[in-house]
Amino acid sequence: MKKKLMVALLSLTMTAGILAGCGKGGSAGAGKATDGGKVLNIYAWNEEFKSRVTDHFPGYEEVDATTGKVGDVTVKWNITPNQDNAYQNHLDETLLNQDKAAADDKIDMFLVEADYALKYVDTDYALPVKDLGLTDEDLKNQYKYTQDVMTDSKGVLKGTSWQGCPGVLIYNREAAKEVLGTDDPAEVQKSVADWGTFEQTAEKMKAAGYNMTATTNDAYRVFSNNVSGKWVQDGKVVLDDSIKNWIDLSKRMMDAGETTSADLWSPDWSAGFYPDGKVFCYFGPAWLINFSMAADEAGSIANAGGWGATEGPQGFFWGGTWICGCAGTDNKSLVCDIMKQLTCNEEIMLDIVKKDSDFVNNKPAMEKAASDDSFAFPVLGGQNPLPMFCAGAEKCDLSNQSAYDQGCNEELQKAMKNYFEGNASYDDAYAQFTKAIGEKYPELAK
Amino acid sequence: MKKSRVVSYNKWGYIFLIPFIVVFLVFQLIPLVSTIYNSFFENYRSGLMQIGPNFVGFENYVTIITNGDLPTYFANTMILWAMCFVPQIIISLVLGAWFTDPSLRLRFQTFFKTVIYLPNLIMASAFSMLFFTLFADGGPINSILMQMGIISVPFQFMSHVWSVRALIAFMNCIMWFGNTTILLMAGMLGIDPALFEAAQVDGATATQIFYKVTLPLLKPILIYVMVTSLIGGLQLFDVPQILTNGSGDPVRSSMTLIMYLNKHLYNKNYGLGGALSVFMIIVTGILSYIVFKFTNSGE
Repeated sequence: MKKKLMVALLSLTMTAGILAGCGKGGSAGAGKATDGGKVLNIYAWNEEFKSRVTDHFPGYEEVDATTGKVGDVTVKWNITPNQDNAYQNHLDETLLNQDKAAADDKIDMFLVEADYALKYVDTDYALPVKDLGLTDEDLKNQYKYTQDVMTDSKGVLKGTSWQGCPGVLIYNREAAKEVLGTDDPAEVQKSVADWGTFEQTAEKMKAAGYNMTATTNDAYRVFSNNVSGKWVQDGKVVLDDSIKNWIDLSKRMMDAGETTSADLWSPDWSAGFYPDGKVFCYFGPAWLINFSMAADEAGSIANAGGWGATEGPQGFFWGGTWICGCAGTDNKSLVCDIMKQLTCNEEIMLDIVKKDSDFVNNKPAMEKAASDDSFAFPVLGGQNPLPMFCAGAEKCDLSNQSAYDQGCNEELQKAMKNYFEGNASYDDAYAQFTKAIGEKYPELAK
Repeated sequence: MKKSRVVSYNKWGYIFLIPFIVVFLVFQLIPLVSTIYNSFFENYRSGLMQIGPNFVGFENYVTIITNGDLPTYFANTMILWAMCFVPQIIISLVLGAWFTDPSLRLRFQTFFKTVIYLPNLIMASAFSMLFFTLFADGGPINSILMQMGIISVPFQFMSHVWSVRALIAFMNCIMWFGNTTILLMAGMLGIDPALFEAAQVDGATATQIFYKVTLPLLKPILIYVMVTSLIGGLQLFDVPQILTNGSGDPVRSSMTLIMYLNKHLYNKNYGLGGALSVFMIIVTGILSYIVFKFTNSGE
């Protein structure tokens, strides 16, 4: 039965692909001509979106590493890495000159991340998707949280994404067997169902020589995604209870030697991807599991399929890329078409799941994949975590984000590291946090 | 006739000065003046919104002086400089004296001179990155120390005030002692050999020659080395920035003035940044003056 369904599904995608390809030449091409723009400028910080467009957008031809073609329109990729805020600095400068720039130099499309989305969404630079031509009908299958991210303070949706990044707790099966006596996801979940049991399990892990998490920052997003209020309220920085809970839990775990204070992405953090790193769990979305945990290196836990996934104490998401149409674009219908095909077209999106192991922003597509064992992750020892991700994506709530999130999250983690390591009292560390926020956002220092 | 020829020579003098004057104006004087000008304005960006420029008088100066940051980061900078300069000048003096001492007849001098200068050729940020990896909690230094049985758990170099400072000072010292040695050697070679010979004939020991002949005559070069090193020290940025990932942690104990200045560039805060830079100009001037006066007082 499953096989038959699979065959049907595959053939459907194929025909749909061909049909979409045909449709491309006529209708969309005609739409572009009316806009008159010859160059489509896209600003991004990595190659991810480019490869999605190259592989999945019907009618896109690659010319060279930084240019492509859709019909008569030249697509120019302007990619600046994220390091040290370089992408945003570059984007800001170009946006501020958008009015003065020549038509072919104007930004037509730019990408943003959730942490700083509001910085752009709450300006007139990001175009409402309705003005571009997307309808409610087009958008109905997207996960609500992905739209919350791009909704400005007046309730207008200004961007869409092709992916969703709900996260799960990824645990080391070996350690689970040794300490908890089982590596069954449902059983392991009982030991990490809430933060109280999470901490008790941490004690057991410590006794067996495992760190519960690789660093205190692993759990940060789980807490910061579940806050009850915004970081900045009435021009003042407010520390949410959920984040205070993270600070307290982290301090207790640090003092007990159950985790470390290493930075995310540091070698000390990624040491736990290997059995000798002795780390019980990470928090992460599909892309962390598939691309970041050294799955193609012999000897890593992922390579041997030694991870398991379970919901963990609370739902959260990590990462994701959103597409915005930029005010002043002379290629509105092409921008709209790219958004429509990549973020609303179920066939194309299922294709992305197959080809790129992305978790796409399309409920029916993901629900199909969730019930299909061929989507199981080898790094998880054959477990299919998609049902969990589907449930997680529904639960994500982003109503409490603010334009200050990136700065506040980064600086809080930096400052609290001093508290966790015993170099500062809580009050001193918090004072350092406020000081750093005042430097980044002078308007909050007053 | 004669007069006109003199004038035409003068003209060439001015023409040859043009490149310097132009470079000085464009890259030094104009930025300097605009920095001072900017320091009197509230001028930054909040997200994509430009705030200011609004004239605020001396408010920026009051802010950076009253919020207590300036003394702290100035002290940090000077501590880091002193930790690097003291060992550096001692090593350089010793090496310089050895290299220039004819009675020692050191062999392979050129080789050693090249080798001690080499660290300076590595980019400071690359050097810093290397140390960051070497001294990470799970890095090679910790595993060597653990295998030798000196420590049982990894020492967190990046989490202790003095180990971070020591690493920064050590890196700077390694990078700059070759440069200083070569400067001091040039100074020592400039001293008339007859004076050394006279001292030897009079029965002075090597130590006496060093303290009574070499050092006093080396004073101009020493002052030069000290002033340039002090100014360089005040501008210390790349090594601690990379080593601490811009945080200056633990508890900002290794945050230098320029790292602090860099924090204000995140939101293009030209007002506060300008005020801080003006303060740096004044401090650099005062310190250089003190060093100059102090070391010249004997004459």
